[in-house]
Amino acid sequence: MSTFDQDNRPLILEAGRADHQYWIDLWRYRELFFILAWRDVAVRYKQTVIGVVWAFVRPFMTMVVFTVVFGSLAKLPSEGSAPYAVMVFAGLLPWTLFASVLSEASVSVIGSANLITKVYFPRLVVPLSTVVVALIDFLVSLTILAGLMLWYGVVPGWQILLLPVFVLLALLAAIGPAIWAASLIVKYRDFRFIIPFVTQIGLYVSPVGFSSKVVPEHWQMLYSINPMAGVIDGFRWCILGGDSPIYWPGFLVSLVVIAGMLVLGARSFRRSERAFADMV
Amino acid sequence: MSDVVIRAEKLGKKFIIGHRTEVGPVFVDALSRGFRNALRKGADMLRGRAMVEGDVVEDFWALRDVDFEIRRGEVVSIIGHNGAGKTTLLKVLSRITEPTEGRVSIKGRVASLLEVGTGFHPELTGRENVFLNGAILGMTRAEVRRRFDEIVDFSGVEKFIDTPVKRYSVGMYARLAFAVAAHLESEVLVIDEVLAVGDAEFQARCLDRMSAVADAGRTVLFVSHNLAAVTALTKRAIVFQSGRVYFDGAIDEAVAHYATSLRKVKTDRSWGKGNTTSLISATLVDAGGMPTDRYEPGTPLRLRVVLETSGLRGMSLELVLRDEHNLPIGFYSTSVFNQVSLPGKPGQYECSLVLEPYWLASGEYCFDLMTGLTYVDTDHRVDNALRFFVERCSPDAIPFNFSQGKGNGALAMRLAGPVEFTELPAAGQEPKPGPE
Repeated sequence: MSTFDQDNRPLILEAGRADHQYWIDLWRYRELFFILAWRDVAVRYKQTVIGVVWAFVRPFMTMVVFTVVFGSLAKLPSEGSAPYAVMVFAGLLPWTLFASVLSEASVSVIGSANLITKVYFPRLVVPLSTVVVALIDFLVSLTILAGLMLWYGVVPGWQILLLPVFVLLALLAAIGPAIWAASLIVKYRDFRFIIPFVTQIGLYVSPVGFSSKVVPEHWQMLYSINPMAGVIDGFRWCILGGDSPIYWPGFLVSLVVIAGMLVLGARSFRRSERAFADMV
Repeated sequence: MSDVVIRAEKLGKKFIIGHRTEVGPVFVDALSRGFRNALRKGADMLRGRAMVEGDVVEDFWALRDVDFEIRRGEVVSIIGHNGAGKTTLLKVLSRITEPTEGRVSIKGRVASLLEVGTGFHPELTGRENVFLNGAILGMTRAEVRRRFDEIVDFSGVEKFIDTPVKRYSVGMYARLAFAVAAHLESEVLVIDEVLAVGDAEFQARCLDRMSAVADAGRTVLFVSHNLAAVTALTKRAIVFQSGRVYFDGAIDEAVAHYATSLRKVKTDRSWGKGNTTSLISATLVDAGGMPTDRYEPGTPLRLRVVLETSGLRGMSLELVLRDEHNLPIGFYSTSVFNQVSLPGKPGQYECSLVLEPYWLASGEYCFDLMTGLTYVDTDHRVDNALRFFVERCSPDAIPFNFSQGKGNGALAMRLAGPVEFTELPAAGQEPKPGPE
């Protein structure tokens, strides 16, 4: 059911018809967005023993492992005087946000097949609503970071105020490829196996367990094609301030890649969503 | 005209379907087939087309050249047997899928109910699901809140409204789901088979509610196999057959046309004849005597067979029931089971058989018909004489649909008494037979 036709013009359905009202429709369906997001949050830790504690345990354990492996065993340098654990965690936060949005949103459309084959709504609502769950887990992890910073006595500078900007960037960086993959997975389930692979490799390719300063100078530009490289650097800059200056040209490259993926993803999704119900 | 709410012009919807051809159990064959299919799928993907499973791919028009108009305040039913295109039509009208050709113009807010309880989440409580389902159906939160008490009242599950719906019985679940749907406010309501759930009492309430909706001057499109409900609720019906409009007009005539369209499918091929007897036609009928292609598990299975006999004595009418793998799962013979032979006077006869209720799993079935001397000689045999479907099989209101596809056979077995476990004394040091 839909709330179109508020201006009493008939709705025309025919093949390949471009829907001018799409983005307005998307806005009209914001309640559905919130309620789907709320549903995902509400059921996330149902029937688990320790419940929301999982949101703390997972990132914390990853941080410990990375600190031991990269910091203590491989003896990679931290950024400036920052404790290795804080540096790792400041990278892990945006990465986990990115990876969980990418993996959840990309399978969300086929996961909602029962909705898609039974009711109309702008399909973009489905992958977008998964962002909220990831964001809440992110906020939980943020408190761990605050705890770590207290423990190590790290005082953030004014840059911390820009953190929301980088959170948004991490989300945008994930949404582009996620909706692109979502539209592809509906048609070709192959991508379902590719995405976990991407997030797994990405964890080691992106500067999560180590500082991006480890990458040689002349590779920095190329390295920034990975949009998360720029975002993670930005995060560390916000949290560690002067200890972790941003490599600006690389950051701009990351921005361009993020924007490009977003446009590509949205176009691919819009093009194929009309046939979702037939293929899912 | 201005009061036309839905107008479909030359509407068509094409699907591409794949078939699997039979190959022998030779590994190389299977391998080469897998390879060929992978190549084809890869090529499809490069061209950006959807992938189709199977060896042979063909076009299938679920709807073709469909024209009709529906006026404001009309209540129209859409009937047709399985695969006639009804559901596809509803999906096009409710914007779930896009037509391949032609166009539809719709005025007003359309609410489509292709299923009750779409999006219900088992972990959430009844209250939470009302809001969730309402939002999915397009209601605003304010709207749901305003009508919440009415919804709960209609559903009759007040006591359990804060219990997760996974603890609900099927009936409660269906009632709550329908209650939300019944309170949708829209000018055009599109409903598909939602009455196939719940107990008889609840179905009656749903029908009441639907006729109230219709009386309130809203436009309703109603798809059903329940001819009794269709006749009671609507004055006009559109009969679909093989994706086309077969008949559009008054309900009584439409029901008659529906019956002939069922028969037409059946008599597509000639049944031939036997030496002394001939089977002419066979129909599955519902409790009201209307022809149908559905069987409701747990109700008597009613058949009507028309045959001709030359009057030879001792001839029997026999049935073999087959599941969707074409495996025989049941047999009936008039002479062996009931010591009844075909009439000794030559002529045409209609034979009515009411078989016991079975809990057949959902899926497709067919009857083979035979006349002859049982175990001695078959005179006339018609394989696949009568096909029918079971939509849902939930004996004792179990919360899922027991289907043939589960691979556990075609019959849901039921107990005559309770399940009982009697503890046996522990047998000394002997290892236990399995995990406890």
